Amino acid sequence: MDDLQSEQIRSLRLEHITKRFPGILACNDISLTVGKGEVLALVGENGAGKTTLMNILMGLYQSDEGRILINDREVRFHAPKDAIAAGLGMVHQQYMLVPNMTVLENVALGFRRAWNPMRLKYPMIRRRITEISRRYSLPVDMDAYIWQLSVGEQQRVELVKTLCMGAGFLILDEPTGALTPQETDELIALLKRMTGELSIIFISHKLQEVKNLSDKVAILRHGTVVFQGNTADHSPADIAALMTGHEVTLPRNTETACSGEPVLELKDLCVKNDRGFLALNRLNLSVGSGEILGVAGVSGNGQRELAEAINGLRNIESGTIRFFGTDLGNKPPAYVIRQGMGYIPEERNIEGIVPSFSLKENCILKDADHPKFSLHGFLKQKIINEYAEHLRRTFDIRSPGIQTPAGALSGGNIQKVILARELTRNPKFLIAVYPIRGLDLGAAEFIHKQLLAKRREGFGILLISEELEEIINLSDRIAVIFKGQIQQVLERTEANHRTLGILMAGVQHDQGV
Amino acid sequence: MTKGFKIGYRFMIIVLAVLAAMLLAAVVLVAIGADVFNTYRVILTEPLKSVSLISEVVIRAVPLTIIALGISVAYRSGIINIGAEGQMAMGILAATGTALLMPDLPSPALLPLTLLAGCMGGCLWGFIPGFLKARLEVSELLSTVMLNYIAAQCYTFCLRGPMLDPAELTMGSGTPQSMRLTRNIWLDRIIPGTRLHTGLFIALILGAAIFLLLWKTSFGYKMRAAGAQERAARYGGINVPAYLIISISISGALAGLAGAVEIAGVHRRAIEGITGGYGFSGIVVALFGGLHPGGIIPAAFFFGLLIVGADMTQRMAGVPANMVQVLQGIIILIIVAAKMIIANPYLMERTWRRYAGLFKKEIA
Repeated sequence: MDDLQSEQIRSLRLEHITKRFPGILACNDISLTVGKGEVLALVGENGAGKTTLMNILMGLYQSDEGRILINDREVRFHAPKDAIAAGLGMVHQQYMLVPNMTVLENVALGFRRAWNPMRLKYPMIRRRITEISRRYSLPVDMDAYIWQLSVGEQQRVELVKTLCMGAGFLILDEPTGALTPQETDELIALLKRMTGELSIIFISHKLQEVKNLSDKVAILRHGTVVFQGNTADHSPADIAALMTGHEVTLPRNTETACSGEPVLELKDLCVKNDRGFLALNRLNLSVGSGEILGVAGVSGNGQRELAEAINGLRNIESGTIRFFGTDLGNKPPAYVIRQGMGYIPEERNIEGIVPSFSLKENCILKDADHPKFSLHGFLKQKIINEYAEHLRRTFDIRSPGIQTPAGALSGGNIQKVILARELTRNPKFLIAVYPIRGLDLGAAEFIHKQLLAKRREGFGILLISEELEEIINLSDRIAVIFKGQIQQVLERTEANHRTLGILMAGVQHDQGV
Repeated sequence: MTKGFKIGYRFMIIVLAVLAAMLLAAVVLVAIGADVFNTYRVILTEPLKSVSLISEVVIRAVPLTIIALGISVAYRSGIINIGAEGQMAMGILAATGTALLMPDLPSPALLPLTLLAGCMGGCLWGFIPGFLKARLEVSELLSTVMLNYIAAQCYTFCLRGPMLDPAELTMGSGTPQSMRLTRNIWLDRIIPGTRLHTGLFIALILGAAIFLLLWKTSFGYKMRAAGAQERAARYGGINVPAYLIISISISGALAGLAGAVEIAGVHRRAIEGITGGYGFSGIVVALFGGLHPGGIIPAAFFFGLLIVGADMTQRMAGVPANMVQVLQGIIILIIVAAKMIIANPYLMERTWRRYAGLFKKEIA
């Protein structure tokens, strides 16, 4: 270890950590221990207190009670810089990188030793990055701009940045949340290698990763540790049950596929992405009523453009979109909504809701003009309140009230707000993009049940997802998208992880592998 | 954290911000060799010492309120209007032109027509940057500022040319101003002997109207949605560019109306320098008032006080009236800083711990 490394962390203990927020006990008497080279997985539903606990550990929050011990000595972190000085490093769920700066500059931001009153000592930072990327085999292009990098590469930069600051103990908040399956596998392998020198706490919803990576697991529910133990002794199903407090089985679509009339038909659809290249290249697809069509694919193969083009948020270059006989090509979003299209967008925090608006205001985002909610241009406050309360109850949205800003809710609850709004509007069709990304099992179960219920009512649903599990569980038919085209459409019975994985990688099914 | 603490915390920050602003301004005052306490005393108390002085404060507050209401409509809809100064000038030109063209119309017809003309003049000057932004993505910061210059030149040209008082030409000094406008467009004086005019009611009614528009109508809901999160608004089927154009047009119309009210209520003719920085002060008033009519009206009164007070310091304390602009600048800086502090949960958290610790010791 060089001089940057502070004293090695042989053990980290949290003792009786308690943290109160107004009306909420976020952490209740939590005690955890992590030894050298150990990986502790912290699992729990959204809002169970995992992130709060890690923020306390990083000095972003102060606990009301309890203490933190490193190598059996009590430490006090007043700010993140204290925690960093002690050798802790955190990679947040949302990456803390400046998009229009290079990798080098981003690392320099947190690298205080290279700060000179007049200029930054870039050569020193370069040496440090080279050393770190060699030691942990984390290749990064130092002169690339962050916006040029994929999500997986950005995460690698976050790791390098954290390690450059001398972290000997990593805290990873949902590190795989935004990664593709391949990137996830790479990351897990990388983290496993790193445990030779580092200890890790990682927060995750994906129990398979917990199984693969961690030595120990701690389960949080409502701010309390309900279970601690060795990962090897427990199956994912056990952990899931402990997490939610009841047996969880993600619902499956077991009914026979009914071949309703095709209601959404895409023909030779060509759509450009933001950079002006063809993201969809003569794409053909058709979805019937009473059917869930899953679109599987690695993200970035045209899924976003597909959803946006259908919903009028993106112009199409050529081709047709027919929806119950009407043409949706290049129509404004309001027109598409009027035709009965429901849409759960990918970016739930900034597209699916207006974060600064209250829960109640978000319930009428698409219907502010509807005679039900407005009379002579004035909003009917009383009816809107009742409607919002109704949605909150029916969809079990956990929020202090309907006046709470929607952006203050947890991811799962935001998704429930969107789902509640879209389904209660009684559309004729639904497009759901990554509907359970980043959500805990309880919330995922709820959302899947709702989708299946709608399917039984004769709804057509276009489900876009990267989670093969989700696609296989829910879909009647599965279309694999690759480079803006549909590779192949499979019946549910023909699909398994292997065939889908091969198709997603761009290999034609009949080429044989 | 208790609710009481949170409210107290915010209140304390605002009090501290005001103190900080006064302290910073004091530095400037000391630097120019003024008596700090006397200056503050004059600014803050002298204008409130007689009915006629208070009415002067209110006269300043009227255009400030109307302009700030417009600016908050635009701001809430996601477009920042720095062009109120120019919009106000165009409003005055349109209103003056109307009054000059049809001086014989009876008051019940001509007065509304003149005010409407003022609205239309400002509206046009607001529409241009709105349209440029919506269609060509031209930054409204640039276009509104540039249109201010154009409006200022237009204004000077009209006052020295087509609208120049004929009397000035034949026998006067050639002061660039229009002739005294017909009585039919005058707004009545509320208190005899003062200049306080019925434009005050227009401002108050508009305050209520803007509140209703933004928070109680579906139209206002959509404007606010477009401003708060453009992508979500688009997703929700809201025609964001259209609302952008409409909101800044409303904003411009209000600035134009403020100009029309100013000539109909106070000056009764178009003179040079009538806008007097109201368009810029209006931005400060809008922000200081939290972009909400309930805050804008008292904030406008406060700024009216500053303007009148600054005039008086010139006479009573020997401090130049331009000091008020220094104060405005400082207030903008302090508002921005205070907003960031209020929005910092970690600082609040730390303060709470200190506060709670203090409290416990006192009990023990």
